[in-house]
Amino acid sequence: MITFMNNSDSEEEACNERTSLMSAESPPVPSYQDGLQASEAGEAQKRRTGSNRSPNNIADGEMSDSGVPVRESALENEEEELTLKYGAKHVIMLFVPVTLCMIVVVATIKSVRFYTEKNGQLIYTPFSEDTTSVGQRLLNSVLNTIIMISVIVVMTVFLVLLYKYRCYKFIHGWLILSSLMLLFLFTYIYLGEVLKTYNVAMDYPTLFLVIWNFGAVGMICIHWKGPLQLQQAYLIMISALMALVFIKYLPEWSAWVILGAISIYDLMAVLCPKGPLRMLVETAQERNEPIFPALIYSSAMMWTVGMAKPDTAARGLSQQTWDAAEDGRENHRSPSHADSQMSETRSPVPTRPITSLEELEEEERGVKLGLGDFIFYSVLVGKAAATASGDWNTTLACFVAILIGLCLTLLLLAVFKKALPALPISITFGLVFYFSTDNLVRPFMDTLASHQLYI
Amino acid sequence: MTLAVFFGCTFIAFGPALGLFVFTIARDPLRIIILIAGAFFWLVSLLLSSLIWFIAVKASDPRDEPLQKGLLIFGVMFSVLLQEAFRFLYYKLLRKAIEGLVALSEDGCSPISIQQMAYVAGVGFGLMSGAFSMINLLADTLGPGTVGIHGDSQLYFLTSAFMTMVLIFLHTFWGILFFHGCEHRRWWEITAVVVMHLAVSGSTFCNPLYVGSLVPSYLLMATAAAWAYLLSGGSAQNLWRFLLCLRSGPSPQPGS
Repeated sequence: MITFMNNSDSEEEACNERTSLMSAESPPVPSYQDGLQASEAGEAQKRRTGSNRSPNNIADGEMSDSGVPVRESALENEEEELTLKYGAKHVIMLFVPVTLCMIVVVATIKSVRFYTEKNGQLIYTPFSEDTTSVGQRLLNSVLNTIIMISVIVVMTVFLVLLYKYRCYKFIHGWLILSSLMLLFLFTYIYLGEVLKTYNVAMDYPTLFLVIWNFGAVGMICIHWKGPLQLQQAYLIMISALMALVFIKYLPEWSAWVILGAISIYDLMAVLCPKGPLRMLVETAQERNEPIFPALIYSSAMMWTVGMAKPDTAARGLSQQTWDAAEDGRENHRSPSHADSQMSETRSPVPTRPITSLEELEEEERGVKLGLGDFIFYSVLVGKAAATASGDWNTTLACFVAILIGLCLTLLLLAVFKKALPALPISITFGLVFYFSTDNLVRPFMDTLASHQLYI
Repeated sequence: MTLAVFFGCTFIAFGPALGLFVFTIARDPLRIIILIAGAFFWLVSLLLSSLIWFIAVKASDPRDEPLQKGLLIFGVMFSVLLQEAFRFLYYKLLRKAIEGLVALSEDGCSPISIQQMAYVAGVGFGLMSGAFSMINLLADTLGPGTVGIHGDSQLYFLTSAFMTMVLIFLHTFWGILFFHGCEHRRWWEITAVVVMHLAVSGSTFCNPLYVGSLVPSYLLMATAAAWAYLLSGGSAQNLWRFLLCLRSGPSPQPGS
């Protein structure tokens, strides 16, 4: 899911694990309430215009009558233009990490043999694809997909229930456990395989030191506070690790069917009124609290804005809506033994700038993208790199297709200004381009290359 | 083949394009998006032309050599025409985008002009075209083997790299020429671009007689470069001043 970053979801009065996405370097900023009181009319105007852009903003209803229409429309145009101007910047702020994650995954797949060897399957995909008949293989992959998606749905619903009944400690424990596993166990395996590939010897004390430092700093950055770029780097790394696990353990056809099914599920879960994500969002909205900011990639810093006074509830609400949404999706989408890991990661959240501090908004606006989106994009490109008969053109085509899908999704985000699923468009383009490049373009380009013809 | 061949060919083929990217495109997010969208449009055109060729080949007799050769020639020409058609479609899309950007801007002018978009679109097309031609070759240079051991040309990688470089430049200049022709309704400019593209692709049929393909391509590139430079507001005087490092005064800087 993609949404703009909100300011207020980042910090609460009490600093706890949930406020982890705050950068330690964010400058002190007058609180939102101060800004409001400072200039009521002007700020109220701006706030209204700012909140006009949200479909479920209560401030809209409150103040829709007052104000000067001309000034409002001018302000609105200005807001929109800022959105578009910063829209392109947001797109690039997401292109770069997605590209980095894909590069890491493709580089690993192409060099480390371990991740392309068949070594068993996950328990979530119990049916084997080693059958001779095509129909049987197809049936097995569809069954695997059904099981995997059901697991995801069950976990989402479980998370929604946990959230509804306020079992925060359980959820936090779950998140911490899964990131522990990713940061320590999977990194250890990855490092081991890379060292084996390049035939480099490393003694256990050094290994322990390296892994311990990497993991400990990662836990702190992800769950508590840390420099923004380090946090982003860690999130990219754990997404890449997760994607590599998927690429290794998902059988061929199942992987493609799962990718397709998950984008459909994403679409439904984020947009349908009865989707688990929607319910999570609404619950968070009622309670006026943010959802777990961990495991979401955020592209910009978030200001420390004082949270929820009742009169700022309106803005706070709409913002938490997005966070709840993303968190729900993140937590339910963990189709691997690292349970809720990526699920959290899938929903980007729009950040709304503090309209009363417009000159500072420029640095502050950003887009959040869930880590699950990173993971599935990388799975698609990684699978293309692993299985496309050694052809780099297919990988490149899938890469461009995914980026264009992301661009279109962000365009829709700028138009609709509510949380959107980030998977469907990109994965559809990616799948279309994978199959067509592998089967149609490859023979053509190979024939051209053998005659050294250029088109 | 060695790392030297790999790095050498990579930098020959993509070095200038990388320079263009780093110095003119990388700073502006809007240009990066236009670049990637241009690459996407080229990709779609390639996909459609491959589809047609694939169907034609499957429908024909695989053992008939002249027919296969003929189908390949047809495939190449059709692909060129389709690429230019998609360039036109991309022009239409960018026109609409400019109108949107103008409508949304405060002072009524778009943050990027159609000429800049033409340039970036050309680079996008060129990069994708070059990448698709060259990447598999570069991957092969890292592996074992001897070039031309069966009697083919030993200069295969080197000439491929040079051909890729000239194609990237050509696409850039063709982008500028094509968009200018569309903007000012000068159909002969558009026709010239199409004819040039067909000529360059056709000349590659002379390979491995590289003098028949590389030399005309470079000459055409020089022509297209000069033409695009003149169309973008350059002149001999500008060039002279630039070479002498003089300030150009009130006239706008090129490449802004």
